[in-house]
Amino acid sequence: MGILTVLIWLPIFGGLAVLAAGRRDDLPPEAFRAFRWVALAVSMATFVLSLPLWTGFDRTTAEMQFVERVPWIPAFSVEYFLGVDGFSMPLILLTTFLTPLVVIAGWKSIRVRQAQYLASFLVLEGLMIGVFAALDALLFYVFWEAMLIPMFIIIGVWGGERRVYATVKFFLYTFLGSVFMLIALIYLYLQAGSYNILAFHALPLSLTEQLWIFGAFLAAFAVKVPMWPVHTWLPDAHVEAPTGGSVILAAVLLKMGGYGFVRFSLPITPDAAGSLSLLVIGLSLVAVVYISFVALVQQDMKKLIAYSSIAHMGFVTLGFFLAWGIVGRTGDLPGIAMGITGGMVQMISHGFVSGALFLCVGVMYDRLHSRQIADYGGVVNSMPRFATFMVLFAMANAGLPGTSGFVGEFLVILASFQADFWYAFLAATTLVVGAAYTLWLVKRVIFGPVANDGVAGMQDLDGREFLVLSLVAAAVLLLGLWPGPLVDVMGATVDNLTNHIVQSKL
Amino acid sequence: MSNIYLAIILAPLFASMLAGLAGRLIGRAGAHTVTIGAVGASFVMSLLVLRDVLGSEGPAYNETVYTWLVTDGVRMEVGFLIDRLSALMMVVVTFVSLMVHVYTIGYMHDDPGYQRFFSYISLFTFAMLMLVMSNNFMQLFFGWEAVGLVSYLLIGFWYTRPTAIFANMKAFLVNRVGDFGFLLGIATVLAYTGSLDYATVFGQAPALGEQTIEIMTGSPWSVATVACLLLFVGAMGKSAQVPLHVWLPDSMEGPTPISALIHAATMVTAGVFMVARMSPLFEQSEVALTTVLVIGATTALFTGFMGVVANDIKRVVAYSTLSQLGYMTTALGASAYAAGIFHLMTHAFFKALLFLAAGSVIVALHHEQDIRRMGGLRRYMPVTYWTSLVGSLALIGFPGFAGFFSKDALIEAVELSTIPGSGYAAACLLIGVFVTALYSFRMFFLVFHGPERMDEETRHHVHESPWVITLPLVLLAIPSFVIGWFTIGPVLFGGYFGPAIAVTPAHDVLGELGREFHGPGAFLLHGVAGLPVLLSLAGVASAWYAYLHRPSLPDRIRRVLDLPYRVLVNKYYLDDFNEKVLARAARGLGTALWKGGDVGVIDGAIVNGSARLVGWCATVVRRVQSGYLYHYAFAMVIGLSVLLTWALSRS
Repeated sequence: MGILTVLIWLPIFGGLAVLAAGRRDDLPPEAFRAFRWVALAVSMATFVLSLPLWTGFDRTTAEMQFVERVPWIPAFSVEYFLGVDGFSMPLILLTTFLTPLVVIAGWKSIRVRQAQYLASFLVLEGLMIGVFAALDALLFYVFWEAMLIPMFIIIGVWGGERRVYATVKFFLYTFLGSVFMLIALIYLYLQAGSYNILAFHALPLSLTEQLWIFGAFLAAFAVKVPMWPVHTWLPDAHVEAPTGGSVILAAVLLKMGGYGFVRFSLPITPDAAGSLSLLVIGLSLVAVVYISFVALVQQDMKKLIAYSSIAHMGFVTLGFFLAWGIVGRTGDLPGIAMGITGGMVQMISHGFVSGALFLCVGVMYDRLHSRQIADYGGVVNSMPRFATFMVLFAMANAGLPGTSGFVGEFLVILASFQADFWYAFLAATTLVVGAAYTLWLVKRVIFGPVANDGVAGMQDLDGREFLVLSLVAAAVLLLGLWPGPLVDVMGATVDNLTNHIVQSKL
Repeated sequence: MSNIYLAIILAPLFASMLAGLAGRLIGRAGAHTVTIGAVGASFVMSLLVLRDVLGSEGPAYNETVYTWLVTDGVRMEVGFLIDRLSALMMVVVTFVSLMVHVYTIGYMHDDPGYQRFFSYISLFTFAMLMLVMSNNFMQLFFGWEAVGLVSYLLIGFWYTRPTAIFANMKAFLVNRVGDFGFLLGIATVLAYTGSLDYATVFGQAPALGEQTIEIMTGSPWSVATVACLLLFVGAMGKSAQVPLHVWLPDSMEGPTPISALIHAATMVTAGVFMVARMSPLFEQSEVALTTVLVIGATTALFTGFMGVVANDIKRVVAYSTLSQLGYMTTALGASAYAAGIFHLMTHAFFKALLFLAAGSVIVALHHEQDIRRMGGLRRYMPVTYWTSLVGSLALIGFPGFAGFFSKDALIEAVELSTIPGSGYAAACLLIGVFVTALYSFRMFFLVFHGPERMDEETRHHVHESPWVITLPLVLLAIPSFVIGWFTIGPVLFGGYFGPAIAVTPAHDVLGELGREFHGPGAFLLHGVAGLPVLLSLAGVASAWYAYLHRPSLPDRIRRVLDLPYRVLVNKYYLDDFNEKVLARAARGLGTALWKGGDVGVIDGAIVNGSARLVGWCATVVRRVQSGYLYHYAFAMVIGLSVLLTWALSRS
């Protein structure tokens, strides 16, 4: 049994076991406490087992590694085909790193159906790893859709007051997008004779075919990223989701859209991507500029961070689609790989930073049961240690050098300059507006005199919360001060994709 | 050799971490001992480095510490470039920082955030050193933003004060406007040279002057011009040049020691340093130089005017800082980079001195900052009085003092310059000399001379500050007095900077000036009868006449010149414009896009437009809670895994 199989199925079976054991309602409280430890142990074990992916990864090749391949449904040439490259491996590690933190973060704040809550996250973890590891399109699709279910449940059961509206919106958006993707995958299967994604990459397709397929993929991935204008499900989903749900949603689920672009859209339909790259770049820049202004006026902390997520993800899609602009303007390749690398680093970094910010909001919500900015003020007076973390993560969100938030934006802005001055100009407005909404949030929530008795009575972080936030803070700083190793891991894969997409399939 | 550079940088960083993270453990004394020890060590090592750099004629030290990342063939590294420019900056930064550390013991004595403060100022020292020692644009940007971060934290140090937390946000955002241009400038450099390394980029500088870029289709610009203008926008933010100067006066909300260290002596001069460092690029573009010249001269004069009407002791000094930064920037625009850096150095000493002296007064008067409620302090605070006098004389360029040498040379260089705008610049600087003397001695007379206007209670308690405060004053007063005399020859005219600063022969005003330079004594004699000195003496005399001899005069003048007075008191209405027009427009735009775009069109018309569909789905989905879908979902996952297992076992 390969390492990827273990990483996928260990948390899923672990989650199912917790679910089975926790079915009865008349269990004593000790039992629930035991479930937490089991869930933590399973997620920790998954994390530890995922480390060999990093240490054993061959940085010199763009070939798939840790490959596992057996027939699954031979009648349709469907395979159980797993493997990772420089794109998927870091995302799997991001997932395995954050899941234990989410389990710890929900330690006390979840009071109903705890076993089911923990089970949902474990199952979700396995399915997310499956999405990143699958190299068979049908297998990918199964994981992709299955993953929606636990997420859907997490928001629908443990969510806030308008959770039904949020789940419906979430479901409709993502489901509609995915349906188009399924059609595209079936078409590709009919052309290629298998569901092997790598075979899709090499498949010759006419421009018309490519445009249809690209459009179908775009429907699925744009919703996930999310790109403007199919983004409005995200703020609602975040606002209603419990803290852990928001963390996973922002940190990992959104990355599936970005991952879809580099795994499917760009390599399978490079010519369509090229002819529509202006559209995607335009939407990305709208996300960066428009959404940043929208974030500025939010009154609800989670909504603000959700909008900030959309704006930050705009850098991902911007970085991925610069190739044709760069070739068009300079006639040369330098800058393309930097844009793709920047987009990837931005995804990983955003996983940490937005996850951390949602954790921070969760910490405050647990104490005051409000997400409204107006209900806070002067939190630093009662929670100085928490305030330190919050300021750090806010600065990372504002892209301060030395934090992970800087690296991706820096690379994407540098690369986009190669394509067009105005891309870089518009993208760089985030330096001002991004800092404005983030620091204004910090000013109103963290600084100032104590706003009310509620804030005065807030207890500073306990050991558990401190541990979670310090681990994310360490990741944010490490990636900001030394992004080299992460970039190296992706290097060969990025170069390979760069060379692949600039060659026409026509 | 690289170990000493690492040690210089890391000592304050570790001290900062220790004081910040283990502040409670090591206590107050522990915090200041550790940080002062570290910064002191950095200062001593910087002196050693300076000695080495002066002793050797060989190429500058330029090495990588570690590779930050490599992508697309571009190596982004963290490394040091140690030449005479950086060595000089290191000594200035660590010396002023050390003085401020010692001073802080006295100034922040009763503050509950004592350890936190020491942690921040040490962190600042680290960041500033990273900035000046960098050998590449990426690290420069890191240091650039890192000092901005510490500035943000320190302006908002007293975080319960609404004015302080407004000021720090404003400072950060205005700086970010500058950084926006700065980052685009870096992107320009990378796009056309393929490197972020200084040496490589500067080697290709002439080529940048020849290539063109079309930002607007049909109007090609020289790449060097575009790059330099964008980089200079960054300098305008950090070095508070008009119109991005608005954050600096408000930054006075922070504790006084950091006003001296960050907002007078070091961080705000980063822009000046950066342009000097980029001299090979700026020399390629006369358009950029003219822009620098005009903006610098405008800043020098028009911010000085505001100092004449300000009544807050720290704000007067802050306006004076703005004005002096304008002087330095003007020098850069005239290609007299060395004169700009020379003035930066002398200014660092006397301005830090003036701020710390102001702080000493503020502490003595129990945090009174309004100069209208001071007066006659000469009798009570002799050390503060005499050191302030030294600082003020240095600031106005009184013959013999440090500021005289740097300012006189700077003005002469600008007068010699022939690039477009230099006539305007020279006029601004000359009028500025009078204004500088006027506001400086207005403040000096109102604070230390004349009637004692504080209340009885306060007067009763006024006394000279403790030695930890007066010692730094004295130690800063010495260089404020003598450093000009000793360094003008070698630094300005001795080719001190060597290859660190590049000037094309056509722009070499300092070289021309140097041919007439025959030692500091001759320079002094020549300057005594010069126009700048006369103007500054006239300024002092006017201040004496208006504020000591005929104290009713200023009110009469104000009534006559009501409109100009109101414009100055309202800071040219720039703050109002930014807050009431720009900030409001940004929020209005956000609301419009949110309510109109997201909620109105996308959700309202498109998503919820299919309301029946949503409603129908909602009834289905409500069963989530009753358990149907919930069980169904997990059943599906179980089914999936069974299927897979079966498939696997069959193979």
